[in-house]
Amino acid sequence: MSTSRTSRSTRPAAPPDSRDAAPPAAAAARLSPMLQLTLVRFREFYREPEAVFWTFVFPLLLATGLGIAFRSRPAEVSHIAVLAGAPAADSIASALGRDSSLAVEQLDDTAAATALRIGRIALLVVPGAGATAEYRYDAARPEARTARLVVDRALQRAAGQVDPVTVREALVSERGSRYIDFVLPGLLAMNLMGGGIWGLGFGIVDARRKKLLKRFIATPMSRAQYLLSYLVMRLAMMVVEVLVVVAFGVLVFGVPMRGSLGAFAIVCVVGTLMFGAIGLLIASRARTLEGASGLMNFVMLPMWVASGVFFAATNFPAAVQPVVQALPLTAVVDAMRASMLQGSGLAALSGELGIMAAWLVLSFVLALRLFRWR
Amino acid sequence: MPSLALDVRALRKRYGDVVAVDGLDLQVPAGECFGLLGPNGAGKTTTIEICEGLLDPDDGEVLVLGQRWRTDEAALRQRLGVQLQETQFADKLTVAETVRLFRSFYREGPSVETIIARVQLEEKRNARVNALSGGQKQRLSVACALAGDPDLVFLDEPTTGLDPQSRRQLWELVEQLRQDGTTIILTTHYMDEAERLCDRIAIVDRGQVIALGTPRSLIRSLGAEQVVECAVGEGERLEERDVAELPGVLRTRVDGALHALQVSASHETIPALLALIARHGLTLTELRTHSPTLEDVFVSLTGRHLRDT
Repeated sequence: MSTSRTSRSTRPAAPPDSRDAAPPAAAAARLSPMLQLTLVRFREFYREPEAVFWTFVFPLLLATGLGIAFRSRPAEVSHIAVLAGAPAADSIASALGRDSSLAVEQLDDTAAATALRIGRIALLVVPGAGATAEYRYDAARPEARTARLVVDRALQRAAGQVDPVTVREALVSERGSRYIDFVLPGLLAMNLMGGGIWGLGFGIVDARRKKLLKRFIATPMSRAQYLLSYLVMRLAMMVVEVLVVVAFGVLVFGVPMRGSLGAFAIVCVVGTLMFGAIGLLIASRARTLEGASGLMNFVMLPMWVASGVFFAATNFPAAVQPVVQALPLTAVVDAMRASMLQGSGLAALSGELGIMAAWLVLSFVLALRLFRWR
Repeated sequence: MPSLALDVRALRKRYGDVVAVDGLDLQVPAGECFGLLGPNGAGKTTTIEICEGLLDPDDGEVLVLGQRWRTDEAALRQRLGVQLQETQFADKLTVAETVRLFRSFYREGPSVETIIARVQLEEKRNARVNALSGGQKQRLSVACALAGDPDLVFLDEPTTGLDPQSRRQLWELVEQLRQDGTTIILTTHYMDEAERLCDRIAIVDRGQVIALGTPRSLIRSLGAEQVVECAVGEGERLEERDVAELPGVLRTRVDGALHALQVSASHETIPALLALIARHGLTLTELRTHSPTLEDVFVSLTGRHLRDT
């Protein structure tokens, strides 16, 4: 190489142009390719407002929506009616009105029939002759069945029935067992999946589509550093995403963080690397964004449904449980829930971490083998 | 010191049934600006990408700056500058950020500011790539090729799709490089570009070099002094057979409504042509003459136009 390098010195005396004016010690200000690649990843991210929205704002909006929809509500009041005009209507209505869980009104025949049909009242009491009454309701509706129990109890007591057993009620609403507690770790895991798969997948496929990957391999750039820069960005993003979502859950909804932060952090890091590797695998050959996005949905959709983000994965039949439990997202969701809600330590999380590590290694090795730079 | 910057022998490459490169030879001495001229699909890009180490040849030998891709890839990458057809740089990055990224890949090279100044993008240094014009993007692409102060630069169709002014700016940039003594290998299907920029040209067709030489020697090889072009009124017909028999006509071709005649002596041909047109009662709507170009060389070698394909 040294022999051919001399070609520079044997060139006809070039004018002292700007090129030669470059300080010979340019190496002193040597730019680090790893740093530059990573900076590029960040710039590409934060200059894309949509990406920022989907990564940070969307999970918060989703958590707020779900938190409000599934908030713990006070005991429901049953709307019922007593048929007006019957001899005992007034006394029955006032007897029922004393029960705080009933909202009672008197309606005539047609109004009552309409109210019943459109579900404005759950049940209609038709007082009969003497000590008889008729309940009209739709037994297929849960609130109608509840109203039937409450009305009957109030009516019988008013008529003098005495409870043979004395009971005492202790009401429980424990942190960690509400829907928001259940769904927040799921959203967090889903966010890590989306970030890993979209973040890596689209970036790499877009660079391939633009022939930028091919341009890069025509330089001395290290291919490993290029791929590594995506993982570094994902890890940094993950820290912010997790902090934002967890802080929001803890501060706004009082979601518990019972496990050790160390174990939780390990789950986050391994999960992020795993989804990054899966994103890399999905992006390893696709040439178009359409193709890549089809593949991504094909991979992610089953997990959104089956991995227990919004409802327990154990709802699926036993026959498919081995598959459901082996899904990457199931492992992350379960590990996060166990850490946050049950305070599980690393030993208890080893099963999920093992599944995650297996997906990580498998995807990464396959991705490196299949990766197309052109 | 190897006198050849590029030495390609008996290169072959096929994609399935299509033979892209069919036994191609090229020798380019250091310091030369060498052009591969040919129509789209002639095998220029395949050839250049094999030389850039981006494609493996099926057969043949490639020596770049005296080194081989198989054994010296890491060293070679440091010494080459590459500009690919159709590279789109990241839209969201600025000119300076893009150049800095490419500069970071090389051990040695000019400063980022120097590189930007060389391609005259100083005013755009903080502009995002998606705000650049086609010509500015192409100059950025050349800037990235210069980031490692290369001994050999490959430019693949550097002016395709550019407006005339941008082309001229890019030509000035290439001429500047050439003056600095950098070896340049460029592909083009514009004959005026090849004629203006290149010391020597290989005309490539169907994966082979069909003519090689300086632009001047290639044009001289036609033996034609002038090219006469003429057209007759709409709906009228000038028979090519009659035109070919006129005195001093070496070759003829019909290009739409236009007849192009390569002639050895235009002062003999033109009066005869006018007489022929008058005899047939036709109206002459266009008549011009020009010196033969590489386009005429290509047409006489292949019977096709450079831009037909």
